[in-house]
Amino acid sequence: MVTLTIDGESVSIAEGTSIMDAAEQAHIHIPRLCYLEGLDAYGGCRLCAVEIEGEPRLAASCMRQVSPGMKVLTHSPRVRKARRMIVELLLANHPTECFTCERNQICELLKLAFELGVTEVRFNSLKPVYELDETSSAIIRDSNKCILCGRCVRVCHDVQTVSVIGFINRGPDTIVSTLMENGLGNVECTNCGQCIQVCPVGAIKERSAVDEVWAALDDPTKHVVVQEAPAIRAALGEELGLSPGTLVAGRMHAALRKLGFDAVFDTNFSADLTIMEEASELVKRVTEGGVLPQITSCSPGWIKFVEHFYPDLLPNVSSCKSPQQMFGPLAKTYYAEKGSIDPAKIVSVSIMPCTAKKFEALRPEMTDSGFQDVDYVLTTRELSRMIKEAGINFASLPDEPASELMGLYSGAGTIFGATGGVMEAALRTAYKLVTNKELENLDILPVRGLNGIKTATVDVDGLEVKVAVAHGLGNARKLLDEVRAGKSPYHFIEIMACPGGCVGGGGQPISFDLALRGTRGQTLYNEDKALPYRRSHDNPSIKKIYQDYLEKPLGEKSHHLLHTKYTARGMK
Amino acid sequence: MSAAPWKAKVDDIITQQGRVKEVLLPCLGAIQEVSGYIPQPAISYLQECLDVPSVDIYGVITFYGMLTTKQQGKYVIRLCNSLPCHLNKSENILRVVERKLGIKAGETSPDGKFTLETVACLGLCDKAPAMMINDKSYGNLTEATTQEILAELNG
Repeated sequence: MVTLTIDGESVSIAEGTSIMDAAEQAHIHIPRLCYLEGLDAYGGCRLCAVEIEGEPRLAASCMRQVSPGMKVLTHSPRVRKARRMIVELLLANHPTECFTCERNQICELLKLAFELGVTEVRFNSLKPVYELDETSSAIIRDSNKCILCGRCVRVCHDVQTVSVIGFINRGPDTIVSTLMENGLGNVECTNCGQCIQVCPVGAIKERSAVDEVWAALDDPTKHVVVQEAPAIRAALGEELGLSPGTLVAGRMHAALRKLGFDAVFDTNFSADLTIMEEASELVKRVTEGGVLPQITSCSPGWIKFVEHFYPDLLPNVSSCKSPQQMFGPLAKTYYAEKGSIDPAKIVSVSIMPCTAKKFEALRPEMTDSGFQDVDYVLTTRELSRMIKEAGINFASLPDEPASELMGLYSGAGTIFGATGGVMEAALRTAYKLVTNKELENLDILPVRGLNGIKTATVDVDGLEVKVAVAHGLGNARKLLDEVRAGKSPYHFIEIMACPGGCVGGGGQPISFDLALRGTRGQTLYNEDKALPYRRSHDNPSIKKIYQDYLEKPLGEKSHHLLHTKYTARGMK
Repeated sequence: MSAAPWKAKVDDIITQQGRVKEVLLPCLGAIQEVSGYIPQPAISYLQECLDVPSVDIYGVITFYGMLTTKQQGKYVIRLCNSLPCHLNKSENILRVVERKLGIKAGETSPDGKFTLETVACLGLCDKAPAMMINDKSYGNLTEATTQEILAELNG
């Protein structure tokens, strides 16, 4: 333990603690910009500067560790003056388009300027005007708004190990960019959008489809259908005045009907369908000596990652389309037939916690219905903006179910949104497929929770099935390197690109707080527990679609509509 | 197709000093020297050999004025724009060169003969304003002497 003084208050704290963390014990929250919990400290912005008695220079409290007898002042006149100057200089180079900025209301820079008492900016901008990086179908970068805190660079390198953005040039010309400034659409970017989640300002955002969706809703000749991913119902409320962890499935369906969607279905239904196909594929691989381990394929960030960085492992990846892309072709075939609707008039919209889904929907192979299967993808944030724009009082809406045909879902479908959920859902059904008996205890706890890598051995009637779950692409790499080296003991691996799983996706309400992601995940586990069906194969709408249309898992129709092939992209 | 000439240099350095990140800068220097610029295949090769992300290699290249990813002209003119040269009106010299060659700083003439760059201090402050053309330095530049130097190269 180390004892020091912070603003005259004695603090005892473990050796190696930063002054920033130690200050919390003295009830002081030091202002910060480049520091973000979950990322390595960087010491770039200097906003967390503190004065240490006997030292000529201010110290960055995020980097500096406590030492015995240290006397720290966190808000002396010198410190306050320095912080105001830093923010003033940042503001001098920052566009003043706050009214129309994506981060209006939640901008960290704006908040700091107000809190630190910056009342004027005395300097003119020296920054040239940069072109937007609009090369990606999912993510748009704006160097004009970038304050060079480096949070996006660190999450891309250290957490996701994708490493496609970095600092280029020098001094006042420094910007965050890609190799040869080719743009995010032309490098190995997985579109995971974690850079959006960590950006303190409006420098990175999703490519919005809000106007296109409004146009479809306003067009009387179009029949607009919508599906919502599992993770939406655990986070949408945060954007609309409800406390984190509020389950809003029913209000979400009601709000979508109010917005004018002609048919409100649910991606949880097609998550159940994914389980039917994927569990069947697993059983087939295990019993017929196929390539193992089988790796899940629901997360489009992960899929682009494996296509670039581990193309040799593509035979391990399940051929199942993601739930979004299983829903897509079925809306324009199965639903069109059932409802006698011309599929050419159907506009298929999905609400996703994910920026990579925008890229996935535009993949050229995703046209098995004869049309583009999913027309527009909206993030959780975009949907919340539409709900606000329409003036819908979300909190007071009555609960409504999704339409049954492709909207009834089991608890197995809903837990897809949390890390480990696909694994758990698949095991519930695989058990039945292998043993023809039902798994008694449906809660497979070892694959739940926020550990980066989780493993379990599941006894399937005497057959020991070894499974592993990774979330965050840096964690995925560890399991993949084992597979590549031929040392992976697992039969089945679940990988989600984003830390926490889809509940922590790049399209969710802005936050990089893993605990909050855990809260959202728990919301889904709670819903699972409360639902009448908890296994995908028990879902009556799933039974019906196989009976009326698809015939059987891995059958000819399934193969055509629900399975896909991947592209070995390699490195640029 | 025979291997690019820079590859042998890079392999030499890696053989001598190991596959460590620290050799990135010597490798980039060698490639620049052999090829006159750093081609993209060289970035990919270094990424593979040294396990450094390509965007970071690009970051290092753009950080240093002496490294570039653009093919250079036969004569690379590096005009200093640091403070002492600036105070001695290096901007006038820049204007003369730009007008004479018909290119702006950062560009290469269409005939591939000249590349013009403004750079940070060349260590020739006592002769400010100063510039280098390839390995040769020129100081105490005036508009007239600059015209003469360029005329000679163009001759």
